[in-house]
Amino acid sequence: MHDGRSARIVPAMVAPAFLHRHLLGIQGLTPAEIGMLLDLSDGYVDRNRRNDKKQSTLRGRTVINLFFENSTRTRTSFELAGKRLGADVINMQVSTSSVNKGETLIDTAVTLNAMHLDVLVVRHPDSGAVQLLSEKVNCAVINGGDGSHEHPTQALLDALTIRRRTGRLSGLVVAICGDVLHSRVARSNIHLLNIMGARVRVVAPKTLLPTDVDKLGVEVFSDMKKGLKDCDIVMMLRVQNERMSGNFIPSIREYFHFFGLDYAKLSLAQPEALIMHPGPMNRGFEIDSDVADDVERSVIREQVEMGVAVRMAVLEVLAHPSVEAI
Amino acid sequence: MAQPRAGRVAYVNARLLDPASGLDVLGGVLTDGETIVHLGPDLVRAEGAGSGAQIVDCDGHCLAPGLVDMRMQLREPGDEHMETLKLAGQAAVAGGVTSMVCLPNTRPVIDDGAILEFVARRARQVGLAKVYAYGAATKGLKGEELAEMGMLAEAGALGFTDGTRAIADAQVMRRALSYASTFGLMIVQHPEDPSLAEGGMVNEGEMATRLGLSGIPTCAESIMLARDVRLAELTGGRYHAAHVSTAEGVEIIRRAKERGLAVTADTAPFYFALNELAVGNYRTFAKLSPPLRSEADRLAVVRGLAEGVIDAIASDHSPQDQDSKRRPFAQAAFGGVGLETLLAVTLGLYHGGHLPLLSALRLVTSAPASLLGLEAGRLKQGVAADLVLFDPDRGWMVNADRLVGKSRNSPFDGHPVQGHVRRTVVDGRTVFKAYDF
Repeated sequence: MHDGRSARIVPAMVAPAFLHRHLLGIQGLTPAEIGMLLDLSDGYVDRNRRNDKKQSTLRGRTVINLFFENSTRTRTSFELAGKRLGADVINMQVSTSSVNKGETLIDTAVTLNAMHLDVLVVRHPDSGAVQLLSEKVNCAVINGGDGSHEHPTQALLDALTIRRRTGRLSGLVVAICGDVLHSRVARSNIHLLNIMGARVRVVAPKTLLPTDVDKLGVEVFSDMKKGLKDCDIVMMLRVQNERMSGNFIPSIREYFHFFGLDYAKLSLAQPEALIMHPGPMNRGFEIDSDVADDVERSVIREQVEMGVAVRMAVLEVLAHPSVEAI
Repeated sequence: MAQPRAGRVAYVNARLLDPASGLDVLGGVLTDGETIVHLGPDLVRAEGAGSGAQIVDCDGHCLAPGLVDMRMQLREPGDEHMETLKLAGQAAVAGGVTSMVCLPNTRPVIDDGAILEFVARRARQVGLAKVYAYGAATKGLKGEELAEMGMLAEAGALGFTDGTRAIADAQVMRRALSYASTFGLMIVQHPEDPSLAEGGMVNEGEMATRLGLSGIPTCAESIMLARDVRLAELTGGRYHAAHVSTAEGVEIIRRAKERGLAVTADTAPFYFALNELAVGNYRTFAKLSPPLRSEADRLAVVRGLAEGVIDAIASDHSPQDQDSKRRPFAQAAFGGVGLETLLAVTLGLYHGGHLPLLSALRLVTSAPASLLGLEAGRLKQGVAADLVLFDPDRGWMVNADRLVGKSRNSPFDGHPVQGHVRRTVVDGRTVFKAYDF
């Protein structure tokens, strides 16, 4: 017990607290919170490049990656992030078909609560499913992608990649190109870039643009040449074949002709413009291989590296809150 | 709960409201057995009832004909775990509903007179609100072959519909309208183009885009309505559009009526009292079919009601159990319960200044009754004593956990409403009394 007079030692520099219990989306975060997560991630990037990568910040904590959708890179990235912080990480791959047969998401939550975990990373094919789960479990929840809603760690890692390359986010012109309609990556990036003061464009054939997308604060283009004009960042989206419930585009050939990123279209962007892609890429569908592999311009490999750092930062702030018992 | 069947009961000291005749006076109603034998200002005091009558003092509250709910879903037979006929009856009388018409989407579906007779018999055994039914327009509600409409009509069907499914094929709709008119009955359509609505779950627009949910455009409704109005004109059949939810839909009905076509429409409380914002945070209780629309659409529906373009209000009562609703939004079932809140939410139109009290009441009493050809929803001598006594001003909070029945999926959960049912009478028997009466 403290007596009233003993002053608590307060460090001179305190990182702004992350006062959220979960990370369900970018919507609702402040510029300061995003900046803090990116700063924290920056430190982990350097650390991850050393031989001694492992630390014990989260020793004794349990992290479960609960994936209702196939994923290799996001799951591996979270797994690596957890393990490098010293947490015990378990992967649960659940096929949604078996969930539909019997156990509901609520049943899953009850089961998980009995296991006393600290952080739950969830990916689910339905928008809002991660939020539903977060309301029923008593641990921190990280949205690893829900339907067409949000994929916050992807937006954070994209922001980190951009910030490390260009030194800023504010004022940049970012063109997000491709299947915006079905993309959670696009939505999270639109929110994050707007919050951080970038200018966001979306570029897609009209069948792949959500209704009223302009109300999210973006400029809308259906002509890629106009959309890429003088932009600083070209962010390609995966055309999600598996999500195409109908004929949104006539053919791969036609899509590539008008919306695939090649040098001809890229030449309209700023000469130094960076090329990004959340992966996995469909080469020759949304992006030309030469462009994707251009070591000068493409930061696609770096995005993967930033992913681990960003997820370490997110795990740390959620599993190890600087303010206890919020 | 039930009182002895025989005998005279005088409901005195009431504000009598009869939307059909425009009656709004202080007075009372005298019933004998199942029937209203007298009503008027002379019954404002107990002395007017003469001797031998049981006296019920109404404390000056409104005494009106019991509500006629022209569209609700029964879960018996087939899905009794969601709601039995008895629970539906209890929910109905708790909301002042004395007659209700169920959709044929029970299991098995009501595409055969025998199933209709089963439902009617079970409802009589339960003895709460009176239950009527629509027959299926097509066999198995599949939208392909016409159901036996004539036989269903003989068994008591009040009209024909494929329930929550649209009759999508234009040729089938044409023949259904044509054939139903042989028996003078209407086709009730769920006006939503299935190809435009496919996979959708909320109103298309900014809200859907933000939530990452697939939307249903408003033209899914207007395209189907416009087509159907043409077919009604072609066939001369009677067409009724269920739950009109969009501004464009209201306009199409308005134009059809101006041209003198036999086209009518209803809406549900959800569509004039709520808008798409209710689905924020993935609230599955607000996942409805058709989806909740924009505020502009909601206001157009209110105007449609005020101007008489929309003829009636139906509860669209659709019970779903917890397992069907406590799911990710995409997997959750459509529909909301509405029997218990029908009167209170409808009175919101009066409290909000959109409609006079009698006009609001007409939408849930005599208006649906006359669309259906039912002798109900009226206060007059010689008709069945189906009554509701309510306090139009008393406020309460809709609490889903305190609603009658097993299914609590009310989109109005947590909403304050005004208008409280005190007592419900069916065929002269008091079948519901407020807990504090």
